[in-house]
Amino acid sequence: MASHVHDQAHDHRPPPDEDGPLSYYETMEIAVREILIEKGVFGADDVRAAIEAMDARSPAKGAEVVARAWTDPAFKDALLVDGSAACASIGIELGPLRLIAVENTATVHNVIVCTLCSCYPRNLLGLPPDWYKAKAYRSRVVREPRAVLREFGTEVPDDVTVRVHDSTADMRYIVVPRQPAGTEGWEPERLAALVTRDCMIGVTVPKTP
Amino acid sequence: MGNDPGRGVHDMGGLPAGSVERAEHAHAPWEKRVDALMVLLGSPERRVITVDQLRRGIEQLGTEAYEAMSYYERWMASITNTLLAEGVISSDELGRRMAEVEKRGEEGAG
Repeated sequence: MASHVHDQAHDHRPPPDEDGPLSYYETMEIAVREILIEKGVFGADDVRAAIEAMDARSPAKGAEVVARAWTDPAFKDALLVDGSAACASIGIELGPLRLIAVENTATVHNVIVCTLCSCYPRNLLGLPPDWYKAKAYRSRVVREPRAVLREFGTEVPDDVTVRVHDSTADMRYIVVPRQPAGTEGWEPERLAALVTRDCMIGVTVPKTP
Repeated sequence: MGNDPGRGVHDMGGLPAGSVERAEHAHAPWEKRVDALMVLLGSPERRVITVDQLRRGIEQLGTEAYEAMSYYERWMASITNTLLAEGVISSDELGRRMAEVEKRGEEGAG
């Protein structure tokens, strides 16, 4: 066993799920987890609980926050000032990371990225999609955001400024999309159904019903 | 482009690249376990590895490995290298355990 891991050649596909022989890194995951459990760093129950918490997170949480912002101006103001504190005020704890909510308006369209890695508001959106972590998006969205948005079917008018926000581990962004016309007076639950993950990343906008 | 001295392989903002591949795969159980491992190791009450150490470890994998490995393979390599460097686990015990796991050939989903 090498003391440093760096030279295992693999293809880009994730390993097949549980069928066939274990891959090198699947084997490593099992070995490391077992050793850490034996050393008392954490328990097997902790691993299960962490996975359950991960599975429980989905873009529905973020959509709830956006719908609240659309229907409660005081909450929206608070969200734009301090995203973490505003979420905490409605019972959504984001931990130590700083959440910055950026609002789309008639003149500004926001989009988020993590060019260096894959930082993402996972407490509000769940785990990031593959493309968010991949080279094409990370490289290009900061240089040619309009072209990238077009690949998602989103055409931003020339007179609208596109702002790209590059996340870090400690500072994560979420986009508050514009509320679609014709949805004034809707209940928050109904509005939340219009708010998709991609709207909150900023690569699409909510569909007008 | 892409060969700037001082620019790591991870530092790809602004470089040319192909179109965005929008197909998504569901996370495999082992990928979720790697994620959970990092969540636990980085939790405020444990702080065995910080998220910055995870990222540094990924950035140090080298261009060839970085590009060849899948996302959670990079995480696993970085987590393991950091645990070894910090002396949390030894390469002997890791090597022995990996050989055992391989021999068992079981899923080990915990």
